[in-house]
Amino acid sequence: MALLGRTANGLFWMFRYIERAENMARLVDAGLRISLTNLSVEDRDEWESILVSAGVEDPYKEKHGELDETKIIDFLIRDQDNPSSIRSSIDTARMNGRMVRTALTRELWEATNDTYLTIRTALAGPLNHRTLPKTLDLVKTRCALIRGAFYGTMLRNEIFDFCHLGAFLERADNTARILDVKYWVLLPEHSSIGSSLDNFQWSSILRSVSAHRSYSWEYDASPTATNIIDFLMLNRRMPRSLSHCYGMMRDSMSYLDRGSETPNESAARVNMIYERLSNLTVREVLASGLHEFLEDFIIDNNKVSGLIAENYRFYPDIDPANQSQSQSQSA
Amino acid sequence: MPPFDEMLLNQDEVRQPYESFHGWFKDQDAHELASKANEAETFFRRTGITFNVYGQQEAAERLIPFDMVPRIMAKNEWDKLAEGIEQRVEALNLFLHDIYHDQEVVKAGILPARLLEDNDAFLPQMIGFTPPGKVYTHIIGTDIVRTGEDQFYVLEDNARTPSGVSYMIENRETMMQMFPELFAQNRVRPVETYPHHLRRSLEAVAPPMCEGKPRVAVLTPGIFNSAYFEHSFLADQMGVELIEGSDVAEIDGRIQMRTTEGYVPIDVIYRRIDDAFLDPRAFNPESMLGIPGIMDAYKRGAVTIANAPGTGISDDKAIYSYMPEIVEFFTGKPAMLENVPTWRCAEEDSLRYVLDNLADLVVKEVHGSGGYGMLVGPTSTKAECEAFAKKLKEDPQNYIAQPTLALSTVPILAKDKLSPRHVDLRPFVLVSDKVRIIPGGLTRVALKEGSLVVNSSQGGGTKDTWVLRD
Repeated sequence: MALLGRTANGLFWMFRYIERAENMARLVDAGLRISLTNLSVEDRDEWESILVSAGVEDPYKEKHGELDETKIIDFLIRDQDNPSSIRSSIDTARMNGRMVRTALTRELWEATNDTYLTIRTALAGPLNHRTLPKTLDLVKTRCALIRGAFYGTMLRNEIFDFCHLGAFLERADNTARILDVKYWVLLPEHSSIGSSLDNFQWSSILRSVSAHRSYSWEYDASPTATNIIDFLMLNRRMPRSLSHCYGMMRDSMSYLDRGSETPNESAARVNMIYERLSNLTVREVLASGLHEFLEDFIIDNNKVSGLIAENYRFYPDIDPANQSQSQSQSA
Repeated sequence: MPPFDEMLLNQDEVRQPYESFHGWFKDQDAHELASKANEAETFFRRTGITFNVYGQQEAAERLIPFDMVPRIMAKNEWDKLAEGIEQRVEALNLFLHDIYHDQEVVKAGILPARLLEDNDAFLPQMIGFTPPGKVYTHIIGTDIVRTGEDQFYVLEDNARTPSGVSYMIENRETMMQMFPELFAQNRVRPVETYPHHLRRSLEAVAPPMCEGKPRVAVLTPGIFNSAYFEHSFLADQMGVELIEGSDVAEIDGRIQMRTTEGYVPIDVIYRRIDDAFLDPRAFNPESMLGIPGIMDAYKRGAVTIANAPGTGISDDKAIYSYMPEIVEFFTGKPAMLENVPTWRCAEEDSLRYVLDNLADLVVKEVHGSGGYGMLVGPTSTKAECEAFAKKLKEDPQNYIAQPTLALSTVPILAKDKLSPRHVDLRPFVLVSDKVRIIPGGLTRVALKEGSLVVNSSQGGGTKDTWVLRD
């Protein structure tokens, strides 16, 4: 059965926002960890880089001006004026879920709705150092529950694929941003390739993608810039790496686009990005400039999102009658 | 005289349909029942069985309170009621066909022509058009009240877009989860087949242009509508698309929905938006919810709209008082179900009577619904009655009045004991290739002691409604 364009849109954004809520919990967790080590000088830089990673530095400064840990945490978690806060993300995810409810299994809908109710209660009042870790855990557990209901009960059809695309596109964006904010740590000038990195910086990076354990399983050595770049960008086994995300997106795209002789624009671009990531080495990335590479990636990733919306008719056509004509002519 | 109680004839005598339930209830632990009631609420909230309240930010989604004591009807009670309902819906469809064609009912002097002429619910666009299968009201929710062992009255016909059927189904679901043993002891007829029947009914009225298996969709105004849960519930249960106006367009003469793989024609639209918003080209041009061009497509046989536009005329409160004559005129038999006696304030004698007896009457706006804008005489203060009398005199045409009926009561679980509350009943009827009446319906209950207002917007709750097999 064909899927409504609006429904595909709702599924895509529902999963982008669930992913975003979870990423935000992880980012705040990493920031909190560093602030608890009391490196007072670096604290504020760290929180600032988290605001930048979250893409909300400007709206924060507009609202609060100076950087203040309590205010930053509140802005990232509870503030409904911040569309990317955990609270707003869960609200938006659930609103989209309600809109596309007929496409979801009962388990997935109930996991989403229950998460919304639970998190709304948990975030009703201000958080402090004592309640914060528990709350961040709750968000991560809840998002894991939704994902579990999704993988465990949803039919593998286009509904599944649009959810998948949303989740991995958002995740790739998140990983790229984290790396981009910290790219200077990974540059040869800062730490010569192959040598150990500043303990404090690399652990922050790995923690913000929940990978401080899996890193050592995979590389069995103290972190080096080369390995971290490889791990988070090119290693397909790392579930938050750019390459893994694009691998998953490519799989979904190949199903969605299965009928067409030549891939549509979004499928073509996903394939292209995936190929690029597959054939790249860390050395090449560094040679062409890590920051430039990541910047381009973030822009490309956004373009993919726009192309998916266009190719799969997420929004009404301005003139549907013309649309149908041009389609039937080309067909 | 105390109102008729459907469970207890008197202190020690239980009416037959409730015998088994009453016996079970006596053995229950009151505290456990109360905690079960909480469980039910959690279940409703997690499932998202909520209705939206307009204009309230935080409490925007509310639960309709659910009471665990079922309302139980014996087979013979139900069968008689169902027969009366079937006759009534049959008459309504014949009536609608007649007023949009030859108007025999007016020519025969049964219905004054002015009631059609000055009525917004009468749509000139429908004149001369016959919908597929001659069916106008595919879905009806007839509101029925009871005042005694054999006294049933039709309160309203709800022939536009009646809601509440999702609660009927979810209430049953909840009861079966909480008290499976009750269903082992009582042979209760199922209601969960409703979506299946609804889909079959809708498929049976496919338009002439339909090719192959009819494609059905539910049209909703969107997630902010008060009944959105029900819209998505029905689409989901039927396995059809839930569409909004922005999902569809008229292309190549058909109404088509925008899918990820291109445009796909829809054959039957179960619309849950009012006539006025249905088609900005035919009706309210400001409407953003509707589908431009759908009326033309409908009349060309490209799509079926359920319920048909213009059915509101048949549940209009001004027409209501003529229903007994209308039913007899079209079915050739006296109406089996009674109307509540109604004074039309437009008529001078009636107006005088209503004004003189305001304290004993219920006065309603002809076009109102949801319990808004009405006066319940016996529970109003003198000042309220006087204020209402003034409005009444200014615009008598706009009002009808009815006696305050002593609605029957069914007990609810209040704290930890049974306590009687007034109820009404909305059975759901599907009209298509044949009439399908789902055994049961939505029982609405006024949770406040003594209150006669059962509307959910006014603090009413709901009950599971059982029709026994034997």
